[in-house]
Amino acid sequence: MTNVDAILQAGLAAVEAVSDLIELEQVKARYLGKSGELTELLKQLGKLPPEERKAAGATINVAKQAFETAHNARRDLINAQKLEAQLAAESLDVTLPGRGLSTGGLHPVALTLERIATLFRSMGFQVADGPEIETDFHNFQALNIPENHPARAMADTFYVEGGDVLRTHTSPIQVRYMLNNEPPIKIVAPGRVYRVDSDATHSPMFHQMEGLWVEEGVSFADLKAVVTDFLRRFFERDDLQVRFRPSFFPFTEPSAEIDVLGERGWLEVGGCGMVHPNVLRNVNIDPEKYSGFAFGIGLDRFAMLRYGVNDLRLFFENDLNFLKQFN
Amino acid sequence: MQFSEQWLRNWVNPSLSSEELSYLLTMAGLEVEETTAAAPAFTGVVIGEVKECVKHENADRLRVTKVDVGTGELVQIVCGAPNVAVGVRVPCALPGAVLPGDFKIKPTKMRGVESGGMLCSGKELGVPEDVDGLMLLPADAPVGQNIRDYLGLDDQLFTLKITPNRADCLSIKGIAREVAALTGAALQPQAISAVAPQIDDVVPVAIAAPQACGRYIGRVIRNVNAAAPTPDWMKRRLERSGLRSISAIVDVTNYVLLEQGQPMHAFDLAKLNGGITVRMAKAGEQLLCLNEKTVTLAEDNLVIADDAKVLAIAGIMGGEESGVTTASTDIMLESAFFAPAAIAGKARAWGFGSDSSFRFERGVDFELQRDAMERATELVLSICGGEAGPLNEQVAELPVRKGVKVRTARVARLLGITLSAEQIATILTRLGLAFDTLEDGFLVHAPSFRYDIEIEEDLIEEVARVHGYDAIPYEAPAARLRMLALPEERRPREDIRHFLAGRDYQEVVSYAFVEEAWERDFAGNADPVRLINPIASQMSVMRSSLIGGLVNVLQGNLNRKQPRVRVFEVARVFGKNAAGQADETTQPEKVAGLAWGPRVAEQWGAKAERIDFYDVKADVEALLLPAQASFAKAAHPAFHPGRCAEISLNGKVIGVMGELHPKWAQQYGLPTPPVLFELDLAAVEQRNAIKAQPVSKLQPVRRDLALVVDEQVTVAAMLDTFRQHASALVKEVALFDVYRGKGVEEGKKSLAFRVVLQDDARTLTDEDVEPAIQKLLDAVAASHAAQLRL
Repeated sequence: MTNVDAILQAGLAAVEAVSDLIELEQVKARYLGKSGELTELLKQLGKLPPEERKAAGATINVAKQAFETAHNARRDLINAQKLEAQLAAESLDVTLPGRGLSTGGLHPVALTLERIATLFRSMGFQVADGPEIETDFHNFQALNIPENHPARAMADTFYVEGGDVLRTHTSPIQVRYMLNNEPPIKIVAPGRVYRVDSDATHSPMFHQMEGLWVEEGVSFADLKAVVTDFLRRFFERDDLQVRFRPSFFPFTEPSAEIDVLGERGWLEVGGCGMVHPNVLRNVNIDPEKYSGFAFGIGLDRFAMLRYGVNDLRLFFENDLNFLKQFN
Repeated sequence: MQFSEQWLRNWVNPSLSSEELSYLLTMAGLEVEETTAAAPAFTGVVIGEVKECVKHENADRLRVTKVDVGTGELVQIVCGAPNVAVGVRVPCALPGAVLPGDFKIKPTKMRGVESGGMLCSGKELGVPEDVDGLMLLPADAPVGQNIRDYLGLDDQLFTLKITPNRADCLSIKGIAREVAALTGAALQPQAISAVAPQIDDVVPVAIAAPQACGRYIGRVIRNVNAAAPTPDWMKRRLERSGLRSISAIVDVTNYVLLEQGQPMHAFDLAKLNGGITVRMAKAGEQLLCLNEKTVTLAEDNLVIADDAKVLAIAGIMGGEESGVTTASTDIMLESAFFAPAAIAGKARAWGFGSDSSFRFERGVDFELQRDAMERATELVLSICGGEAGPLNEQVAELPVRKGVKVRTARVARLLGITLSAEQIATILTRLGLAFDTLEDGFLVHAPSFRYDIEIEEDLIEEVARVHGYDAIPYEAPAARLRMLALPEERRPREDIRHFLAGRDYQEVVSYAFVEEAWERDFAGNADPVRLINPIASQMSVMRSSLIGGLVNVLQGNLNRKQPRVRVFEVARVFGKNAAGQADETTQPEKVAGLAWGPRVAEQWGAKAERIDFYDVKADVEALLLPAQASFAKAAHPAFHPGRCAEISLNGKVIGVMGELHPKWAQQYGLPTPPVLFELDLAAVEQRNAIKAQPVSKLQPVRRDLALVVDEQVTVAAMLDTFRQHASALVKEVALFDVYRGKGVEEGKKSLAFRVVLQDDARTLTDEDVEPAIQKLLDAVAASHAAQLRL
């Protein structure tokens, strides 16, 4: 039976020698195929004397199994190497940039407004809106600014044919809202406003936001609290110094300017006050029963302060190189 | 209003530094906009008198002087000024002096001659004068005195921003009164005494407009020297208040205006014709004003007239003809009270105002006229000499100060702090507001100079102001909590913005006023809403469309070499309403976008294909989802006639999109036309309520139909026909390919549709599917001559 062992050894060597699946199968056929060398040995078992047959058969089967084991191992190895080679060939430069559409972004003033509106919604304020071509009544008279009032000179007004005006502030929105709603009223009203003014710090069109809270018992202390809280949340500084400075607006009494302490001293960021009783009466709200506060801020100014923009005009030039910074 | 701190401190001198005083005023509502030093810092300059003055041996232009600086010894100084002469008193910088610009004075030799200092010009001291050369001081200037003390240069100029309600603070007297109230420092007012008449001359005065002119005081002064120089102290105060010295008498009227707050006027008596009448103008009367402008008066203008003509516009500006000049010898001073309503807004209509109109329209103290007249008379007599006549005072309708009630409880309620009745009383007293004590508060009688105390809230503000806004504590407000509504059928505006940003559009903000040509070109609007007072002609009409603005943004960014531009804007547009509507204008909000350049930003692995109509259409469709918009070919002035669609939702047109007309692309300098869309924001915001449907678990069946039709047949028409003839099994019909070329006749195209069929109850067989498909084929064959492509 030395023959079996020699054949097996030769077979195992042949298996180890191939590196290709087809060749491997050919080697297998040579040993285990119909007329393979080990198969042939089995076929010849019948010629052996019966007493030797069993032992010889066992020896051949062991050899056959050994060959198959070696063959399977070799096949797995070749498959594994093949996969590895394929994967290696398929590898990407993962540092190449991604493809397809890029994204745009929001205007910095819109971003600012969104943050502010979110802050006020969290305190129960709704966002209100109104027309930009306004009547004299809504923009001035209802706000306690009669014709020829010196306060009209404070805001240089654009007039449209027919006598209406481009609203000079967002305050007419509060007039409209109060005319159409009963207290309690809690709104913020953002929008575009217009004044005859154009230089590095003034744009003939800019953005304001008005806040209004009318309810029984609303006080100046509440006004200070809401405005201070808002400023600290907006600028994300709990230690922001805020001061309220007496001032005059025809539609509030008492009135105040709102200043925050910046690196270069106090900076005016808005105006506010308790809604003037004449304004409440003009919109059919009883000032003996209800009180309220209103405040107004410049959204462009807030965007400038927040994002470190030093020229207001950049907001209206629509240079994509500028705008893309906010995406 | 600008004033000198030294002048104010003559009236009230609290122990506060300049900075503290400034902060006090600001926090009391009299905002200090600016404080500037009257002169830059310098030291070591005294008054000297030139005793000797000889020519320098070695220099034609230099003189060698000997100057008395009060030390007992003369100082030799070489000087090059043209106006140096024996006897002049001038500022003299001695060795050790440091002049503005850190210029140090040392003993030196000039062309071989010792010079122990420098004689100074105003410019060298930082207080420029008109004089060329040395600053010449009066002959009585005390030799040896520090020039800073002599000229009062250690002074600050305060500029206050006085709000329209505080006209009472438009004078030194008013600010002093306020500072005294805020600090408790004693007020030391200018003493004013009545000038005894030396002559009897009186110009008769009649007030024919009693509501507009409440009081008129005239006084004649004869034999004045109107050419007398204005004293330096007065000049200085005028200049530090921002007024130029003009002539002695005009300066006096201005000085009284600044000091007392009473605007005054001086007429040349010789130019007057008979008596003075204060009356309303007759329409068409004209006056050449002191500012050399001729105004045509209207019936609501209050004027000062004599028997012949209008002399002045009351409270606003005098006439050129009748005003006092340096040649005048007899004058009439006017000190009057004109009602704010008679003056307000009038000067603005002519495009000018004056210090006088500024005060009258805000309200001048109606008890002030007599004091102001006496003060002015005294000053005129002391400066110009002359003899004064008696006061001729006429009184008509003066304002009435009604008592204003303030309730202690209301103060607490509105301010959110509790102040006792005693605290309130103390504050009222400090402010000089007289009051009667009531059970629940006070009845306050505002003085004649306070126009801003009409209602309870005005007094509450006064209390809060003096108490200090800072002293009102703030705590988070306690209120009833109410949740905000969140209607799902209305898409938040933020979502729309974010959606477009997510689809690669950049938000822009452009002006609402545009060039008229944009309206014509991009909106076909020949009658836009026009501004009466635009700031520029290219901003003269209100836009009815956002398209022009977006095209303009594209132009700007192409100039900046942007290779690809995708922008959007959300804004209101403006149009005229049809006659008979309640509002004259319609102001809907729109959302509009523009895309130009390659479909995707330049990148590897993507061909640089130009964006086209269908790319933008996909954006619009996605923006409107889940609503299914329909697109119909349309004509629009902005767009290419073959590449423009009207966009509808539920049969209602909500917008338009298209490729910009090539003629506009050319005219506006665009290398290729962009694609734009513009939609009604309200339609985009609207969203149908979501109602979920059951989903079939059974396999759908798909059939593809390639149909050859004429070029003119639109996909929408085909889909409409399919929709009308679809059986209940048909769940979806959609176009997935368009083919022209080999195998399809010229002038025709092949449209490939995907038809998806499904039943909720059972799996479909060919027997179910074929009739449904055949029905669709028959329908499009009949309506559009569509043939199956084989």
